[in-house]
Amino acid sequence: MMKLNMWIQKHQNKITGLLAVLIVASLFFSYVVKAELLATILMIIASIIGAIPVALHAWGALVNKVISIELLVTIAVIGAFVIGEFEESAIVTFLFLFGSYLEQRTLQKTRSSVKKLTQLAPTQAELVDDDGNVTTVDVDDLDEGDHVMVKPGGQIPVDGKIVDGTGYFNEASITGESAPVQKEDGDSVYAGSLIDNGTVTIETSSVGEDTTFGKIIELVEEAQDSQSPAARFIDKFATYYTPAVLVIAALVWIFTQNFELAITVLVLGCPGALVIGAPVSNVAGIGNGAKNGILMKGGNAVNSFSRIDTLVLDKTGTLTTGKMTVSKMDTFGTDATADMATLAAVEKGSDHPLGHAIVKYVDAEGIKDYPEIPEFDTVKGQGMIGHDTEKEILVGNEKLMQANGVEITKENRKSINDRLDNGDSIVIMAINKEIRVITGINDELRPDAFDGLTALKKAGIQRVVMLTGDNRLAAQRVAEKLPIDEIHAELLPEQKLDFVKDFQAKGHKVAFVGDGINDSPSLATADIGIGMGTGTDVAIDTADIVLVKSSFNSLAHAYILAKKTVANTKENIFIAVATVALLLLGLLVGIIQMASGMFVHEASILVVIFNAMRLL
Amino acid sequence: MAKAILQLGDLTCPSCMTKIQKAVANQKGVSDVKVMFNAGKVRADFDQEQTSGEDLSNVITELGYEVKKLKVKETA
Repeated sequence: MMKLNMWIQKHQNKITGLLAVLIVASLFFSYVVKAELLATILMIIASIIGAIPVALHAWGALVNKVISIELLVTIAVIGAFVIGEFEESAIVTFLFLFGSYLEQRTLQKTRSSVKKLTQLAPTQAELVDDDGNVTTVDVDDLDEGDHVMVKPGGQIPVDGKIVDGTGYFNEASITGESAPVQKEDGDSVYAGSLIDNGTVTIETSSVGEDTTFGKIIELVEEAQDSQSPAARFIDKFATYYTPAVLVIAALVWIFTQNFELAITVLVLGCPGALVIGAPVSNVAGIGNGAKNGILMKGGNAVNSFSRIDTLVLDKTGTLTTGKMTVSKMDTFGTDATADMATLAAVEKGSDHPLGHAIVKYVDAEGIKDYPEIPEFDTVKGQGMIGHDTEKEILVGNEKLMQANGVEITKENRKSINDRLDNGDSIVIMAINKEIRVITGINDELRPDAFDGLTALKKAGIQRVVMLTGDNRLAAQRVAEKLPIDEIHAELLPEQKLDFVKDFQAKGHKVAFVGDGINDSPSLATADIGIGMGTGTDVAIDTADIVLVKSSFNSLAHAYILAKKTVANTKENIFIAVATVALLLLGLLVGIIQMASGMFVHEASILVVIFNAMRLL
Repeated sequence: MAKAILQLGDLTCPSCMTKIQKAVANQKGVSDVKVMFNAGKVRADFDQEQTSGEDLSNVITELGYEVKKLKVKETA
């Protein structure tokens, strides 16, 4: 029985082909040669061969207490057979099998984008053992701590750390950033990324599904199956609807005593397009997203995202790249080079992001020799102070200068105001109460922020709100360049959360876009949390939607895609319901029979799949 | 405990999914089963002392579905 079952599953397409041949031959004998008996025998053979796979499916489902479409068809076919309508029974089974063949083919198309993603997953690795021997192994056989070697052009098979060598890595599949990044000893590398040049040895930290890339794939696979509310409703509906059709057909038979009408009702009542219509839109929509670096966690996320009217954004790392750069450095002393070198020497010892920006800037100016500097003490919220016998060095903000009686000249004031107007953070260095350097440091705006936000507003976002922990002026400078309606600055993460809750309390549907780490409470509370710019585990876990590419164009694409997907689902449900209604009407008027009803049904299934494919 | 990941051939009917789900869940020692219709994958948590990845694979094969790949990972 099991063997037969498997054999039939495997050869179902051939059986369908055989049915087609038998039916055509039968029609030929019936209408051309007029050999009626032979024609009927062929139809009987076709009916029996065709009914077997359908009946097996029906039985398999019934054993698990599921009343399936196959059961309706099986009963109808047996019924037609009993009353001697062999032509009808043969054609109905053929259409049903042919329909599922086409369904399979077209479904593959809607799943193709995710398949392509999974195919990018590494499968093999070059394992290096303790003696330095290299063997090719399956990635599944690797363990934490194993050393693997990757040659130029190769794919990184695991997440891990480089223990030997350097190279340029293309991490587009993880971060969306296609410019190669140089990495060396101690740097982390990710499975699925590529090494452009260089050979490295990597110590494995995680393998397969535990890698960042593995998690991304898992997320998309689960997302495609997690249904939207509409799809869930339809599913539930179908579990009652299918048995109901069975009951209705029985009632029709009892009351009209018309057996043929009863079995026709069975065929016409099949909920084919209804069952597949909503999920197939989701699969196609989510697939399109995955192809474009947008991970939407299932039908629910798509559905909620399409209804968002308020977009709340974090500034640093979201609207801006989060990379601090010096916008301008003004010097006032007689020896600018020496002053810049001193500043860099002081900042070299600090962990502050502003400090890194300064060191990088001074380095780029070609100043590499740092002077000896004294020990520095940190003054919280102001900066740092260092003394030795001959001088006192102050590095920090304006408050630090005022607190220590540093005179701010007219020239200094102008420089400070210019920087503030630009929305910069300011670092001042004074030596012996005299200002030597004024530095403005800024966070770069994402290049497509304006275009992306404009597109989002056009697509239906009513209000864009920026929340930031940064100072008001810096926030305003950023907001002025963008279509932002509202800004709230100098906020703590909890306060950001309060704003999100407040918008929701006023009846708005809120999407929060953040980088996922300090913003996780807001990401989790908003109707939709969108993780952007990191591709880190936290962002992947907390967010409903993850943008692999940190770009506003992809955010806009995601929003429009969500709207389209939801509209597509509705269209499909409409097509399915209209089909059943029209068929029943056709039956009442008397222009629809069993075979033609089946034909219309299968056609409607293809229509909804093709409709969904427009989303790809 | 261990986790089995089975890659099947393409699934086309949602009722196949229910069948596989129920059949695997009914095995002794299986605590959590997830059938991913679109990815054609089955994920199941099970107790190695009561069943094995091969057993689960056989259950699915007997239902008439091809198991292309079986992966078992120890979880605890």
